[in-house]
Amino acid sequence: MKREHPIAASQPERNARGYTFSWVGRIGLLIILFWALVALIGPALAPYPPGEIVDWDYFGPVSGKYWMGTDYLGRDIFSRILMGARYTVGIAFCAVVLACTGGVFMGMIAAVMGGWFDMILSRLLDAFNGIPSLLFGLVVVAAVGSSIPVLVLTLAAIYMPGSYRFARALAVNVNTMDFVTVARARGEQTGYLILREIFPNILGPVLADLGLRFVFIVLVLSGLSFLGLGVQPPYADWGALVRENIEGLSLGAPAVIFPSIAIASLTISVNMLIDNLPNKIRDRRE
Amino acid sequence: MTNAPLVTVRDLRIGATTDSGRKVEIIKDVSFDVAPGEIVALIGESGSGKTTIALSLMGHTRSGCDITGGTITLGEDTVTAMTERGRARLRGTKVSYIPQSAAAAFNPSKRIMDQVTEINAIHRLMPRSAAEAKAVELFRALALPEPETIGERYPHQVSGGQLQRLSAAMALIGGPSLVIFDEPTTALDVTTQIEVLRAFKSVMQAGGIAGVYVSHDLAVVAQIADRVIVLRGGEIQEEGRTDQILRSPTHAYTKQLVAAFDPVPHASVAAETGVSAKPPILEVTNLHAGYGAIHNGEPTFKILKNINFRLERGRNMGVIGESGSGKSTLARAIAGILPPYQGTILLDGQEMRGALKGRSKDELRRAQIVFQLADTALNPAHSIGNILGRPLTFYHGLKGAAREARVIELLDMVHLPATMRHRLPGELSGGQKQRINLARALAAEPELILCDEITSALDTVVAAAILDLLKELQQGLGLSYLFISHDLSTVEAICDDVLVMLMGEVVEALPAADMSEQATHAYSRLLISSVPRLDTGWLAGLEQDPALVAQFAKR
Repeated sequence: MKREHPIAASQPERNARGYTFSWVGRIGLLIILFWALVALIGPALAPYPPGEIVDWDYFGPVSGKYWMGTDYLGRDIFSRILMGARYTVGIAFCAVVLACTGGVFMGMIAAVMGGWFDMILSRLLDAFNGIPSLLFGLVVVAAVGSSIPVLVLTLAAIYMPGSYRFARALAVNVNTMDFVTVARARGEQTGYLILREIFPNILGPVLADLGLRFVFIVLVLSGLSFLGLGVQPPYADWGALVRENIEGLSLGAPAVIFPSIAIASLTISVNMLIDNLPNKIRDRRE
Repeated sequence: MTNAPLVTVRDLRIGATTDSGRKVEIIKDVSFDVAPGEIVALIGESGSGKTTIALSLMGHTRSGCDITGGTITLGEDTVTAMTERGRARLRGTKVSYIPQSAAAAFNPSKRIMDQVTEINAIHRLMPRSAAEAKAVELFRALALPEPETIGERYPHQVSGGQLQRLSAAMALIGGPSLVIFDEPTTALDVTTQIEVLRAFKSVMQAGGIAGVYVSHDLAVVAQIADRVIVLRGGEIQEEGRTDQILRSPTHAYTKQLVAAFDPVPHASVAAETGVSAKPPILEVTNLHAGYGAIHNGEPTFKILKNINFRLERGRNMGVIGESGSGKSTLARAIAGILPPYQGTILLDGQEMRGALKGRSKDELRRAQIVFQLADTALNPAHSIGNILGRPLTFYHGLKGAAREARVIELLDMVHLPATMRHRLPGELSGGQKQRINLARALAAEPELILCDEITSALDTVVAAAILDLLKELQQGLGLSYLFISHDLSTVEAICDDVLVMLMGEVVEALPAADMSEQATHAYSRLLISSVPRLDTGWLAGLEQDPALVAQFAKR
């Protein structure tokens, strides 16, 4: 007996999806693009050389001449923020990309390979995680001297184990799903399993983690600058600008406000973007 | 007043708001009554609204859902007009609920007695000692072992069947006039299910308690319900006395449901002559497999012990057994996912290595595996076209237009439209996903397909369609199936031979067509006799040897 079954007729409704952003995400993206642009062309726009003392009155107020006032030595804050964008955005961006790429891929490999490889790698990185981040930065910079590549690599190294842990935990869960077992039973190699089967399914949380890590890197970079190990004077990243002008707060000077706003706007916008990524990237399951 | 119904549901409508903010109606103008002491079954496929209706009798809806119209009265109370506080007073005392998974319904860190008498503690019905005495009485009525002391145990110290009966005790302690059963035996093994059903039936009859029994399984419902309501898409399709529904269903959908139960005997497609000329497609000898750390060449947890069988080309082998018997492990061991530590696997007369890494691409291609849960076996990030296309590229090197054409061909083989290749798995129904899983296995052009409970998670009618498809594909492509299932009627419908497994061993090999007549091993007989029949008198008339039951059933 042949039974009649309406197979194609009962299809669940297709989700409306695509690469559309919510407006919050769009604002975040706009601010990030703005800062990226500033980092690229900012120094050319700066009205004064960022290291030059242009005003004999320190902690000067906002004026037509100095749009954001002057700092503790009488340097133009506006010019210094434009220049600082290059350091803060550039270094943090490079470091976070390095940290997350390394961490995520090592995490996925560990999850798929398992066994002794996973154990040795995990314990090594756990041990590394135990070193306080500022202390580690201090040792490295003291040993090899401060330069932009050293800063980027140091920051990436500090944040890579966390990213590894996070990605490995996600990948271990995906690795036990039947579709990975099917691919493995088909005879697929580790590379395919990692890139095609697992990676797309952990991408959403990994991006959210990346946003958070970016913010932390901005903070550690500021911390290193505070110790004099970060970006070297006369240049300064935003964190250093906040630190060197902090005394101006009691004098009512605007010098410390603007770099703070810059840091806040960058970190908040990164999270606005990450939290509002299009559904297509963020969650493939729904 | 004896004729007045206990529960009256009139024009019930329940709506839900989807994530995108769209409003959908789940239950559309449903009306029915339940008389005092009567058990009414709500039956239908997943998504038919049976659980939603049952929950609404307590005035409860799952989050996102709302009762948008109609009235529900329970005895003197109009549930739909009550405040949430009023409903809370009702729950446990007048209406109570038995969930599908008792294991999930018990708090693992509290003693059973405290949980069973919790309703009493919340509603302050009687002193604690009286409540405990009543609980012990209920334990006895539910035929639980050691009724005096079982309450002192923790949930993990009793078996699944016992826990399900304990959740019935929990529901009955407040003396409700209506009990809602939400698929309470679906997760249990058949030999366990019998005892639970018997216990439910006897306490309900003894107390004259009315029940609403939600189930997808017509045979189970036949044993316990007085009346059956058939639901589909939130609407009542048919309503009638149980024997009437079973014997002479009038609605087309009910007929389909009943028909899906009829074992359609399987006609083997393999030509009996000339079979011996070729080596069997699969021959397993002395197979041992297990999990855990390996010491002296043996794993810590040995699951499969000394498995031997031959599967001839074009024939189908069923593997039956209860949960934990090692059925799925057998499929995994043959597929190489769990390498056996002893024994040989011959595919078409050629010995295969145990581990995946030791097998050639061609060996992997010839034996494909399909899993039970259709949705977790499909990568949610890949389109259907990619899912089906990958084995084509991997095994056959197909690319571009040739690959696309073959994907369309494969979709057609499993009766799905070609446009489906652009979709993601999340946009497909359960039955469609399982068809894609089959199509992916077929893409490899295999000779043997290992089917691991592939119809168990599907609705009866959908599962029947998948079985039809399997038979059709076998005729066209000359496949052989190793078909693993806990459901005997499914195995009967598709297999030539059946292996009965118990605790990692094959206890008996039987011809599928007359399993019950030819079974000689005590466990096979027990297992076969425990499968509910589509007959209202089956449970009452069933006699099983208590010694056998004690020996094999995990009650």
